Amino acid sequence: MNLQWMAWTLPTAIFFGVIASLLVLFTILAIRYPETPRTGILRIETTRGDRLFITLLGSAFINAGWLALTGLPQWWALGICAVYAAAVFRWV
Amino acid sequence: MDKVQNNRAWFLVLPVLVLVAFSAVIPLMTVVNYSLQDTFGNNVFFWEGLGWFEDVLTSSRVHAAFGRQLAFSAIILAIQIPLGIAIALCMPKRGVWASVCLVLMALPLLIPWNVVGTIWQILGRTDIGLLGYALEGLGITWNYARNPVHAWITVVVMDVWHWTSLVALLAYAGLQSIPQAYYQAAKIDQASRWKVFRYIELPKMQGVLLIAILLRFMDSFMIYTEPFVVTGGGPGSSTSFLSIDLVKTALGQFDLGPAAAFSIMYFLVILLVSWVFYTVMTNLDKAEGR
Amino acid sequence: MAATTETDTPAVATRGMSLPRIQTRHVVMVLYLVFMLLPIYWLVKMSFQTNREILGGFTLWPQNPTLNNYRVILTDPSWYMGYVNSIIYVVMNTVLSLAVALPAAYAFSRYKFIGDKHLFFWLLTNRMAPPAVFALPFFQLYSSVGLFDTHIAVALAHTLFNVPLAVWILEGFMRGVPKEIDETAYIDGYSFPRFFVKIFMPLIASGIGVAAFFCFMFSWVELLLSRTLTAVNAQPIASIMTRTVSASGLDWGVLCAAGVLTIIPGALVIYFVRNYIAKGFALGRV
Repeated sequence: MNLQWMAWTLPTAIFFGVIASLLVLFTILAIRYPETPRTGILRIETTRGDRLFITLLGSAFINAGWLALTGLPQWWALGICAVYAAAVFRWV
Repeated sequence: MDKVQNNRAWFLVLPVLVLVAFSAVIPLMTVVNYSLQDTFGNNVFFWEGLGWFEDVLTSSRVHAAFGRQLAFSAIILAIQIPLGIAIALCMPKRGVWASVCLVLMALPLLIPWNVVGTIWQILGRTDIGLLGYALEGLGITWNYARNPVHAWITVVVMDVWHWTSLVALLAYAGLQSIPQAYYQAAKIDQASRWKVFRYIELPKMQGVLLIAILLRFMDSFMIYTEPFVVTGGGPGSSTSFLSIDLVKTALGQFDLGPAAAFSIMYFLVILLVSWVFYTVMTNLDKAEGR
Repeated sequence: MAATTETDTPAVATRGMSLPRIQTRHVVMVLYLVFMLLPIYWLVKMSFQTNREILGGFTLWPQNPTLNNYRVILTDPSWYMGYVNSIIYVVMNTVLSLAVALPAAYAFSRYKFIGDKHLFFWLLTNRMAPPAVFALPFFQLYSSVGLFDTHIAVALAHTLFNVPLAVWILEGFMRGVPKEIDETAYIDGYSFPRFFVKIFMPLIASGIGVAAFFCFMFSWVELLLSRTLTAVNAQPIASIMTRTVSASGLDWGVLCAAGVLTIIPGALVIYFVRNYIAKGFALGRV
C-alpha cells in the first residue's frame, strides 16, 4: 500500500505524534491514579480526560482566532494556549 | 444500572475501534496533511504552512456560507421543533390509526435524499409542479431558480417536509412514556391544558427533545444533497450552504489545500457543538438517575 | 347540591371541551398527513405519465396511465443495475455494522472501562461529521488500496456514520435487559460467546431489528459518499438518477419512476419496525 497520497510532512507527523503520546500518557495516568470526577467552574463533572479534551479543542479555536484576527506570529497563540491549558486543569 | 469495572471490555470494543479508525482517523489525518500544503496533482506537494487557514478564516465567501448555514439551521429548528411537538400532541395515542400515522409520517425519512430534492424540484416548477402551479394561480410567479427568496422558501419547506416527522416521532415516543396516572392526577387538580403540557408533558419530553434538537441541528448543518439537487446552491450562491461550498472547492475545483483547511474548521465547529450537546445530555441522564 | 355541581362541572366541562379539541386534533393531523403525502403522490402520478403528457399540460392525475416508464427502467441494465448495486452495498454495510457494533454495545452497556465515555463521545462525533469533509480523503484512500468503484468501498465508507448509530441504538436496548440474566447464565456454565448468541441476542431481537433498519435506511438514502466512491461497476441508483438529470434532455416520467422505485424498499421495511421507529431515532433512550 502506497502512502504517498497521504502527503506526510515532518510537522504534521510531530503534531499527531504529540497528540498520540498525550493520549497514551493520560491512559497510563488513568491506570496508575484512577480518575475522580469533580465539578469545576463550568458546573459540569469533568475527569482528567475531559479536561484534556477541553484544552485541545479550546486551543484549536484559540489558534484559529489568533490567525484570523491578528497578523502576529503563531507562536504567541501557543503561549496563550499554555496559559489556557493551565487554567482548565486548575479550575474546570 | 451499576456497571462493573472491567478493562477487558476493551476487547469487545476493538473491532469498532479498528473499523472506525480506518474510516475516520486516516481520512482526518490526510485532511490535516493536505491543509498545510499545496499541490498541482500527481501527489507532488509543497509546504504551504498556515496560509490556507488564513485564507479560509478571512474569506468573505466562507463567512457568507457560514452565515447562511447558521440562518438555515436556526430557521428549520424554529419551525420543526414546535411543529413536531404539536403534531405529536395531535397524534392518536393507540390503535390502528396510530400505526397508520406512524408509517405515513415516516415515509419521507426513507426517501433517498436526491429523490427528495427531485420531488421538490418538480413540485416548485410552474409548468409541471403542483406547488408552482398553485402559486401561479394565486398570482405569484414562483421561480426558485431565479429568485433567492423563493429558493430559500423552497429549501426550507422541503426540509420541513423531510424531517419534521423525526421530531414528531421522538416527541411522540416521549409522550407515550408518561403514565396515565399523571393525567388523572392533573384532572383531579383541574389543571388547564397548558399546565398539563408545561408541567407534565414537556419535562417528560425533555430528553428526547434534546436528541431531536441535536440530530436536527447536526443534520441540517451538514445538509448537501437536497438543496444541491433543487437549486445547485443558486441562484448565485444564495443557497450555498457549508457542505455545498466545500464540495464545490474540493471536488469541483480540486483545490485540496483550501478544501482541507475548510474541512478542518467545519469539523472543529461540529466537534464543539457535539460536545456541548453531549455534556448537557449526560448531565440530564445523570439527573434522571440513569 | 353545591358540592355535586362542583364535582360535575369539570367532567362536563372537559367533555364539552374535548369534543371540539379532538376535532382540531384530527384536522391538524389530516392536514399534516396531506402535506406529507402530496409531494409523494405527485411523484407517483408523474411516473405513470408519458413525458409528452407531463409537458403537454397540467393535470391532477394521469389521463392515460402508462407503465412504460417502469418498463424502461426494468429492462435496461444501466438503470436496474443501479438498484442491485445499491442493495448490495447497503446489505454489506448493515451486516458489517451490526457485527462490530453488537459486542461493542454490550461492553458499553455492561462495563466501565478506561476511556469508555470518551470513546462513546468520539463515536458520536463520527455520526455528526459531515460527509462532505470525508469525500475527498475517502476517494484518495480507497483509490490507493485499489477498492475504488467496488461495493465494499461504499459499505466501508458508510460504516463511518452507521457503526456509531448502531452502537448507540443497541446500547439503549441492551440497558433494558437486567444484568441478572447474564449472571445466571454464567453460573449455569455458559461461555460468553454461547451466552451472547443463544440467550442475549434473542432478548434484544427487536433492538437488532431496529438497528438493522436504521443502518439500511441511512446507507440507502446517502448520496454524496456513494457517488464519490463509484464510477461504473458499483454505481448506486441515486447517482445514476442525478447523472441522467444533468446529461440527457430530461425524461421526467422515467426520472419519477426511478424515484418511486427507490421509495419502495423503505416503505416495505418500515411497516415491520413501526412501533420501534421512535425508540430507534431516540438512540434507544426513550
